[in-house]
Amino acid sequence: MQNNVLGVLKEHENKLLTIWSQILQDSGSGDGAMEEEESKEFASLFLSALAKSDEKNEQSQEFEKVEDLIVGISSSRGKRGFSPRENAQYLLSFKEAASQILSELIKDPAQLYEANLKFSAILDNLMIMTFESFMKGREDVIARQVDEISEISTPVIAVWEGIVALPIIGTLDSSRTQTVMENLLQQIVDTGSSIAILDISGVPAVDSLVAQHLIKTVSATRLMGAECIISGIRPEIAQTVVHLGIDLTGITTKASLASALQTAFDMLQLSVVKRRKIVD
Amino acid sequence: MERIPILKMGDFLLVTIQVDLYDQLAENLESDLINTISKHSSKGVLIDISAVSIIDSFMGRILGNIAVMSRILDAQTVVVGMQPAVAITLVELGLSLNGVISALNVEKGMDLLRSKMHYSDNEEQEYDDNNE
Amino acid sequence: MTTTTNNKEEALILREQDVVPLRNRVKEYGVKIGMSILNQTKLITATSELVRNLLKYGGGGKVIIESVSNGRDNGVRVTFIDNGPGIADIDLAMKDGYSTGKSLGLGLPGTKRLVNEFDIKSELGNGTTVTITKWKNG
Repeated sequence: MQNNVLGVLKEHENKLLTIWSQILQDSGSGDGAMEEEESKEFASLFLSALAKSDEKNEQSQEFEKVEDLIVGISSSRGKRGFSPRENAQYLLSFKEAASQILSELIKDPAQLYEANLKFSAILDNLMIMTFESFMKGREDVIARQVDEISEISTPVIAVWEGIVALPIIGTLDSSRTQTVMENLLQQIVDTGSSIAILDISGVPAVDSLVAQHLIKTVSATRLMGAECIISGIRPEIAQTVVHLGIDLTGITTKASLASALQTAFDMLQLSVVKRRKIVD
Repeated sequence: MERIPILKMGDFLLVTIQVDLYDQLAENLESDLINTISKHSSKGVLIDISAVSIIDSFMGRILGNIAVMSRILDAQTVVVGMQPAVAITLVELGLSLNGVISALNVEKGMDLLRSKMHYSDNEEQEYDDNNE
Repeated sequence: MTTTTNNKEEALILREQDVVPLRNRVKEYGVKIGMSILNQTKLITATSELVRNLLKYGGGGKVIIESVSNGRDNGVRVTFIDNGPGIADIDLAMKDGYSTGKSLGLGLPGTKRLVNEFDIKSELGNGTTVTITKWKNG
């Protein structure tokens, strides 16, 4: 009896299921038929594992299946729109149901305490696993979004034959700088452009790190044999750059994209001429 | 010993590096090229590195050396066709190849060499402006 | 985060001619895990710098290439082991512009900027071990 204390729960599987689903209903985190199936499968597998492991007194083998199942259930519940709280409630109420049954079965307080403790330890471990799988699902989504943002936020525009422009929107960190540089340089090669305009109107602040990234981009462009103009420098950016003591003297900077384009035209010896109106 | 071929085209020399460089090969290129410039009194050197997938600090230094040495011999050097990944890596490494003039491709490189020859009187001035 | 090794090989580097095949092997490891051209180039350039040090200061040595994974990302790890004289002051050697040879002094600090993880161990008289890791999305 002493050894198989948790194994007896298997004999009361149906009762446990009833109590469990009742608690879930009361707490408002149940969702009917679909869940009943899941819960049945979980309770059956879990209690069998418990019964077997109690006999042999070792857990790892039998519980692997249970762990896989509960991770699957929790991620499917996550997708069905349950909140983290409801997800946690699912296993917590199972624990509550089991402890109710245990207290009916075991009359000796010391034994009951020990059984509860043992059961809690096993279930807490499962709780941690569901939490981890929940977090991992979230992190995967975030990682994918980060990739997407860095992909879509760096369009390179061919503004004229031989001139490409790249407006940068948002903060320029080192991983974005790399994406920006890669896109810009590849476009320079593909279009055979000898002038690139980097517009930073959409960059909220320029600190020494961002400035360093800009300087790197300009240097890389020059190594390829193209010239790089930085435009969209707002007055407050000019102020911070000087206050921080950042040296931008080697770089052609312009206040607006329009004046950068004008400079690019000059470099290519092009000029825009206003056409004279033909008067009849 | 493996060597990189140097082609003579009128006043210019054309070098197309088709293999990945290692130190000895790069050193040989440096001395071969300088000797050839001197022999033919060449006015310009075009080095096409579009097939080169890696340039580290040593090879970068050799390119810089070639540019400076040829200038002493009154020849302009233009490096053309650097791969974007190579350019970014060089910048990250901290090597900006000061003194080396680049162009996007062979055609633009040739144009650049010809224009340099035209203004050979004030080219030194232009150099400093471009490569600070 | 624990790192696991999926694939591994060793190469002996004793002459300068061994460098090009080594670079190609490292590149193949990068290609196999789908590393971008830029990250491949950075990794190979870093390898090239370190293998030069291995030949120049260590008199040659052993290079281990590994394909590694940390559960979230895959990467390539390269370890350079020599039995040369070692480095007296690692902090100094890691400073930009410092060099004992007549190179540019970009070697170690420049190399560090090209990779995601850089680890150097050296003991006077007992050689130097440098380990670099480049992650696919790093």
